Amino acid sequence: MSMTPQEYDAINQRYSPASKGWKTIPLAWLFGGLICCIGQAFSDCYSALGLEKDIASAGVSITLVFLAALLTGFGIYDNIAKYGGAGCLVPITGFSNAVSSPALEFKSEGLILGLGAKMFVIAGPVIVYGTAASIIYGLIIYLFHLY
Amino acid sequence: MDWMMYIKTFLIGGALCAIGQALIDYTKLTPARILVSYVVAGVILGGLGLYQPLVDFAGAGATVPLTGFGWLLSKGVKEAVAEKGLLGILSGGLTATSAGIAAAVFFGLVFALIFKPKDKN
Repeated sequence: MSMTPQEYDAINQRYSPASKGWKTIPLAWLFGGLICCIGQAFSDCYSALGLEKDIASAGVSITLVFLAALLTGFGIYDNIAKYGGAGCLVPITGFSNAVSSPALEFKSEGLILGLGAKMFVIAGPVIVYGTAASIIYGLIIYLFHLY
Repeated sequence: MDWMMYIKTFLIGGALCAIGQALIDYTKLTPARILVSYVVAGVILGGLGLYQPLVDFAGAGATVPLTGFGWLLSKGVKEAVAEKGLLGILSGGLTATSAGIAAAVFFGLVFALIFKPKDKN
């Protein structure tokens, strides 16, 4: 099949991810925004129950992590994430899904090196670099008395 | 109920996700790299004192995205250094974020044991 560079560009353009940004970005905004609003609703509930701000906030994280892991178990979260894209990845529910999804998938390779190890395939780097960054920050504020 | 808060939550939380989606669509960043970048960005913005105003403004819109996880790491370190000195540099971050991490690990384990893997379609 022969085609001119212009035709090739046109086809390339059509199939490259760049051409779907008009759809994926608003969807990510919608799904991510909704997940955050669900978090805010739990936060309001826990505050109304008289929990302190920090404890209510931790409660929101635990609740969202629980729900995302449960929905991952049912196979629902990954289906929602097909539409939500980064909207389902960036919230803490995405972190939870990144733990539970490989844990479930690699269970067949054993409980230790399958489930136990693979659950950190994405969460591991997040914890490693997040913790390292926070320690560097801690060193800086400690040395320069910025706390 | 404060509806204004939910609008702000939706706008900020959604925007942080939309940026992530734009990075996936227009750069070679993989989802794993984006999560790592978001957490580290959260630590840096938190350390510079730029993220707290966003949390005050948008509530869960700022704390639920993974940048909020980074912000919590930096907040934990700052409070722990003020309280415990040198030890706080190491203990503060994971102490502040321990509930979320432990929940993800524990619920991930429990549901992975209970459920059967689904076929990817």
